[in-house]
Amino acid sequence: MKEFIYLIPLFPLLGFLINGLFWKSMPKKLAGGIGTVAILASFILALVNYFQLDPNSSGYTFTLFEFITAGNLQIPFSFKIDQLSSLFLLIITGIGTLIHLYSIGYMSEDKGYTKYFAYLNFFVFSMLLLVMGGNYAIMFIGWEGVGLASYLLIGFWFENKSFTNAGKKAFIMNRIGDLGFLVGMLLVLYHFGTIEYEQLFATMPQQGVPTSTMNFIAFAFFIGAMGKSAQIPLYTWLPDAMAGPTPVSALIHAATMVTAGIYMIARSSVLYNLAPYAQDFVAIIGIATALVAASIALKQNDIKKILAYSTVSQLGYMFLALGVGSYVGGVFHVMTHAFFKALLFLGAGAVIHNLSGEQDIRNMGALAKKMPITHITFLIACLAIAGIPGFSGFFSKDQILVAAYAKNPIYFYLGLLGAAMTAFYMFRLYFLTFSGKYRGNLKESEIHESPKVMTIPLIVLAVLSVIGGYIGLPHLFGADHKLANFLQPVVEDFQIGDVAASTEWFLMGLSVIVVLIMIFLAKSQTKTGIIKEEKGFGKFLQEAWYVDEVYQAIIVSPLKELSQFFSQVMDKNIIDGVVNGFGKMVQAGSNRLRLLQNGQVGFYFFVFVIGIFVLLVLGLWYFPTI
Amino acid sequence: MILLFLILIPLVSGLLSFVIQSEQVKSLAIVSSLATMVVSIILAFVFQNETAFLEIPWLQGMGASFALKAGGISIFMALLTGIVYFILFISRLQVKLPNLNRYIGLLLLTQAGLMGVFLAHDFLLFYFFWELALIPMYFLASQWGDENRVKVTFKFFVYTFLGSLFMLAGLIYLYLQANQSFQYEHILAAANQLDASTQQWMFWLVFIAFAIKMPLFPFHTWQPDAYETTETSSTIVLSALMVKMGLFAVIKWLLPLFPEGTAYWSSTVIVLSLIGIIYASLIAFVQKDIKRVIAYSSIAHIALMNLGLFMNTESAIDGVMYQMFNHGITVTGLWLLMSIIENKYKTRNMSQMGGMAKLAPTASIFLVILAFSNVGLPLTHSFIGEFMIFNGIMQSAFDNHILFMVLAGSGIILSAMYMLRLVQKVAYGKVPKQVESYVEAKDISTPEWIGLGLVLLIVIVGGIYPNVFMQVFL
Amino acid sequence: MPINYYVFLSLLLFAIGMAGVLVRRNAIIVFMCVELMLNAVNLLMVAFSKYYGMSEAQVFVFFIMVVAAAEVAVGLSIIVMVYRKIHSTDINLLNRLKH
Repeated sequence: MKEFIYLIPLFPLLGFLINGLFWKSMPKKLAGGIGTVAILASFILALVNYFQLDPNSSGYTFTLFEFITAGNLQIPFSFKIDQLSSLFLLIITGIGTLIHLYSIGYMSEDKGYTKYFAYLNFFVFSMLLLVMGGNYAIMFIGWEGVGLASYLLIGFWFENKSFTNAGKKAFIMNRIGDLGFLVGMLLVLYHFGTIEYEQLFATMPQQGVPTSTMNFIAFAFFIGAMGKSAQIPLYTWLPDAMAGPTPVSALIHAATMVTAGIYMIARSSVLYNLAPYAQDFVAIIGIATALVAASIALKQNDIKKILAYSTVSQLGYMFLALGVGSYVGGVFHVMTHAFFKALLFLGAGAVIHNLSGEQDIRNMGALAKKMPITHITFLIACLAIAGIPGFSGFFSKDQILVAAYAKNPIYFYLGLLGAAMTAFYMFRLYFLTFSGKYRGNLKESEIHESPKVMTIPLIVLAVLSVIGGYIGLPHLFGADHKLANFLQPVVEDFQIGDVAASTEWFLMGLSVIVVLIMIFLAKSQTKTGIIKEEKGFGKFLQEAWYVDEVYQAIIVSPLKELSQFFSQVMDKNIIDGVVNGFGKMVQAGSNRLRLLQNGQVGFYFFVFVIGIFVLLVLGLWYFPTI
Repeated sequence: MILLFLILIPLVSGLLSFVIQSEQVKSLAIVSSLATMVVSIILAFVFQNETAFLEIPWLQGMGASFALKAGGISIFMALLTGIVYFILFISRLQVKLPNLNRYIGLLLLTQAGLMGVFLAHDFLLFYFFWELALIPMYFLASQWGDENRVKVTFKFFVYTFLGSLFMLAGLIYLYLQANQSFQYEHILAAANQLDASTQQWMFWLVFIAFAIKMPLFPFHTWQPDAYETTETSSTIVLSALMVKMGLFAVIKWLLPLFPEGTAYWSSTVIVLSLIGIIYASLIAFVQKDIKRVIAYSSIAHIALMNLGLFMNTESAIDGVMYQMFNHGITVTGLWLLMSIIENKYKTRNMSQMGGMAKLAPTASIFLVILAFSNVGLPLTHSFIGEFMIFNGIMQSAFDNHILFMVLAGSGIILSAMYMLRLVQKVAYGKVPKQVESYVEAKDISTPEWIGLGLVLLIVIVGGIYPNVFMQVFL
Repeated sequence: MPINYYVFLSLLLFAIGMAGVLVRRNAIIVFMCVELMLNAVNLLMVAFSKYYGMSEAQVFVFFIMVVAAAEVAVGLSIIVMVYRKIHSTDINLLNRLKH
């Protein structure tokens, strides 16, 4: 498999090229088929790769060719295949295949069908580069590539200005993060002379680089993660990104791309272990994002917006895990979250699709009977994300909360608050959508279940959302943590204190009780199916804490004003004014001198004679002997 | 001898085009530029590790000679000139202009001058070609283009010529110091022997000419106007090639000649470059005219390259060399697109555009990819160049190297802001009502397709496997 | 005869010519004064050529005379043309060339 590892990203690339180059003549059926088969082929290869992986070694680096070689700068185009990247490969290609399949049904009536699959293949290609890259430069290529794919797909329906605005916003906010990534990467290169993971992490602790520098580097990388994984303060693009087609939201803005930041930090765990302040910072940002986003999700009425804020919030949990040193917990939650959040989005997509584009949950209700498969799978996903024991989300979230407790109980209680809010808004969404009475405008006979091509992915993801957690059973249950063992050669949890078994039981019980209470609260609140206009604090939450407006007021508008000032005043009047001033000065001086040329021959001659005379006198003065 | 062909082919065919018929001149231009490109490719990829040298007696009484030398960056720039001219002629095959034969003749003469600047190995010869490139450019800019072109071109000419005069003064001083010789080696030895204070003022005497040509903030004000008003082909020659003369001259002449002067003034130049990056990017962000966006973006990119030159690190200078090439190619494609867009909407005002993705999907695809190349996205060649420059900045010995890197890096955010704004206004949305009646729905023509396709090929190949190009100068 | 006499004579002639050019406004008079200055120079050159026994200066004298003759021909015809146009030979009226 080692020699053929490059085939994994190659298939999506080929899919992209075929669909991209022949978009004019491509028959509709074929385009979706090519796109899906390309990812499926990668998935099969990823499976082969997974089973061939030596569980005891820490993987290998495969160099494809020399990428940049200039003087002392040597960057190969290399792939790092180890347990961490293999796991991500499975998640990306697996969920990717399901979502491509789903898209065949979802996008069947769209004009840009071929373009859609080309973009989606390009996204998978970039995402695979991101996780497979053997050094930060290759990761950066994938990192920016997924940003590009996300930009193109958010603005997929390009005739709508607000959609393209959302795409632009996503790209620019990501770019702010990318600058952080770039600075971090170049600092690593500066201090360690290499950005190749294998050499870098093998020798990093022995290099004796001061902790302050390590903190700075880790912090710079984390800015990159903030952009890509939508953390405070760069998270506002993700809710807007819901402008794209729903399968895109599922794949890019829930399951894979936004977890790139977690992957990057887990990949750099050696670095973060040497940077204690940066770690604390990651944890604080993580928990803050989890709480802020969850609080906003409580009051949203757009089904996709709720899921978007929920994604931001769950990503916050993952960063909390990373920040407290539980890299395995973070990666575990990435995986389970990928299953249930993709499922939620696809379920939401099915609902939206069948309600002819309706996204407001106030106009839904009673869909359980009309769409039984969607209903059941959606319920499973809700149970998983809320953390009901037995479902995957329970195990991963529990692991994070226990690790947080070990680091500092405050993290745990805040995390519990977030979990409570999660349970509430998810079930508020669930009840409003699937139970009660139908409040929309469509005739009820028009609503029906989705075609098979869309329901099969839902079923597969639902199964995964249930069983996905069992690879990470806590030690408390007397079982092996399979995921931790699997990842052990590459990433290991860092300095997590022991929590007594009794305490752990107590924490687990506490969170389950809180979640159950919140679910019943949600049930009772949504009984009437009527949502009142929000006022006061509720309004504040509904308007997403007015963060966008604040950014607009303190960053965007001043920047525009400054640019206008530069353009209109500084450049036109001051700098060009000085340049033209020189020209005018010469002109004015010449205008004076011009008067000498008055056309009077007598005057010319007079001046001439005087000149001769002056020369004569001077000559006699200086050379009296002649 | 092969070096002489690079100058002679465009020179002869340029003179020839003044006398022949308009219809034949197009084929002449294509044959000539193809031949020049082939010669430059042979030189770059076949003789790559040998430095070609040619010396013909010329003005011996003055201590000058017709010395050409190709190696490293010189040949890389000659390659760029060859490629850009070919793309230019092939893709603008169907453009109708008054006095086409004169237009093409002047373009070819400019090419001869450019080649001479990049290859000259004698200071007087260098100066000679430096001005030789400017004079046909003056006529190109003042006779074809927008209404107020004469005024703008006059400013451009006087401004750059003023800079050249400063350089001439420095040249004469060095000539006298070098015992009345213009030979590169003699001038170099003489300049290096100057004491520190002389080097310090000599630095500005020579650098001001290059800074105006680039143009570096605050000497840039001629540039947006000139780019805006000139005919597209002239704009391409100006912005893809002529402004590179300034950067090239810094690499080949300024840095080796005045090491102490450079060391003394580098912090000043660095500050100017950093201001230039941010300032020009911000201005580009609020422009309404599509051509002015590219013009200001060009100022920002050139400022980054100039910054790299003064970092005194190998990676930065290698990166700048590569980036000069990349910027030349990318910007050629962008100008071609700007002219396509202008022809489509009959305006350059962005607010009256939109919906091109529907009207002309192929052109829009090219626009998006080239816009991202201009932004420096990975897998386009600009990323490699910028990455190396940023790395060079980070590796440099300045105390504030991280700050420099972050400020220069803010350019990648700002460039995304203005380029995406451009893409959004032009390609996305709907066709505005007021232009609906006359906007042309046709996509790009075959010649344009070929030209832009070549650009794209270089952009992508250079971004995935940069060694293809970088081996030329490394 | 001592050389001084020739020198003073030509100086006098030159001064008269110069004064005439500076003061008079009639183009023909000015023209004559210019001729006077030329001839003052000619006289000086002939005198010195005799004094030093060298003949090169006399070649120049002939040269000047030829040129002066040509000049008279051109100059007078210009004056005639101007007179026909503006009915005056006042040189102060001839400052219109710049327009």
